[in-house]
Amino acid sequence: MGSPRPRRGRSRWLEALACAGALLLLGAGPRSGYETMTPQLRAMQDDDLSNPGMLAVAEGEALFAREGCAGCHTAEAMRGVAARYPALDRASQAPIDLSGRIAQCREKRQQRPPLPREGPAMLALTAFVAHQSRGLPLQPDPRLAEARRQGEALFRERRGQLNLSCAQCHDDNAGRRLAGSLIPEGHPNGYPLYRLEWQALGSLQRRLRNCLVGVRSEPFPPGAPDYVALEAYLVARARGLLVETPAIRP
Amino acid sequence: MVAGDAIPGSLTGAPGDAARGRAIVLDRQRGLCLLCHAGPFPEERFQGDLAPSLAGAGARLSEGQLRLRMVDGRRLNPDTIMPAYFSTEGLRHVGRAWQDRRLLTAEEIEDVVAFLATLRD
Ligand code: HEC
Ligand code: HEC
Ligand code: HEC
Repeated sequence: MGSPRPRRGRSRWLEALACAGALLLLGAGPRSGYETMTPQLRAMQDDDLSNPGMLAVAEGEALFAREGCAGCHTAEAMRGVAARYPALDRASQAPIDLSGRIAQCREKRQQRPPLPREGPAMLALTAFVAHQSRGLPLQPDPRLAEARRQGEALFRERRGQLNLSCAQCHDDNAGRRLAGSLIPEGHPNGYPLYRLEWQALGSLQRRLRNCLVGVRSEPFPPGAPDYVALEAYLVARARGLLVETPAIRP
Repeated sequence: MVAGDAIPGSLTGAPGDAARGRAIVLDRQRGLCLLCHAGPFPEERFQGDLAPSLAGAGARLSEGQLRLRMVDGRRLNPDTIMPAYFSTEGLRHVGRAWQDRRLLTAEEIEDVVAFLATLRD
């Protein structure tokens, strides 16, 4: 992302959003959390100069070069990758998410010490890679049927002291207000994203952990396969939504 | 203790305190009611709309009916999203900090019931 590129990327991105908007008017398909944000927040997300997530993307671009990723990959070749994650990891035959893949490259292919999942370096690298797919539709990996099934079961299972399932909020009550918060449909297409409440960039797993703890249930341990299974289901449920990384959310 | 759609008797054997009940209902860490319900509380900015308003609850329902809805609404509607405030039955994956703990104590339930009963219009 040199300085002239964001503008071009942005108009392509806006065109794609306009298309998605037109589809929404026809009442078809899933609705991104973007659609229910205030005009101010949407403008903040749309303008790369005011979107604080773009700082992390720039940091990720620098890390991509400095940490040796560019020895094996180009930024161009990263276009489209995030749109089809989580994917099946050939070696382990298990689902792997984008941060998991980056961690694998770093630890197995570069023999370097692991980066903490929620640390700024991993978030920035993930944001940079995912940003290369901004404006592309999510394309769930067809090989993850089993993980999707597990993820859907988790999504529908009531849990925690409040005894609520993800589906009861995000399928049955999306668009209503939980105290002051508008309940979104719960789509994963903007991550890592900048959340005003966090005052920081955060991962999808952090978002899911917040929802799990919100119903007073025990969150899965960081990096647990349950998160990847949930993500595999969320991506299929959000099929056709466009990657927004780095999105803004309240 | 359940009779029809009500629990007629106080859980503590004593009447609750409506003022304390009001504080619990408005407390977003304890009662959590305003996550889902709105009510006649003009000073509260953020009220939910997942559930019927609490306004007039005391006119629509007797104390016994209110008590059963607080203790375990699943007795009336197994699919309700309203948490059972005085039952841990059937809960799964409860967070460590909340394990085997009811949302409210018997005394707190009585306080909330006493308060809801004052919401007449
Ligand atoms: C020594 C070579 C090497 C280095 C260095 C390396 N990678 Fe990789 N990377 C690979 C290979 C090989 C694959 C394919 C793995 C597979 O599909 O099983 C891959 C896959 C990926 C993918 C998934 C691509 C896809 O199409 O699914 C991403 C994203 C990625 N690497 C990011 C990174 C990042 C970020 C870094 C630096 C932190 C990095 N890689 C460092 C070799 C490398
Ligand atoms: C009690 C209601 C509730 C439950 C249960 C719940 N969520 Fe959420 N979720 C929310 C709210 C409210 C937000 C938006 C947060 C905000 O804006 O403050 C949200 C946000 C999200 C988002 C982010 C959407 C975006 O546009 O960025 C995802 C993804 C999500 N939830 C998934 C889940 C999953 C998966 C589960 C179950 C493990 C779950 N949620 C359980 C209320 C809930
Ligand atoms: C997660 C959502 C949620 C929370 C939290 C919640 N409720 Fe409810 N409540 C509901 C729903 C939904 C109903 C509608 C009845 C049903 O679902 O069967 C309801 C019904 C009621 C009723 C019966 C209303 C009527 O007119 O029939 C009362 C009274 C009530 N709730 C009081 C409370 C109080 C007091 C609290 C907090 C201590 C509370 N609720 C917390 C969702 C909730």
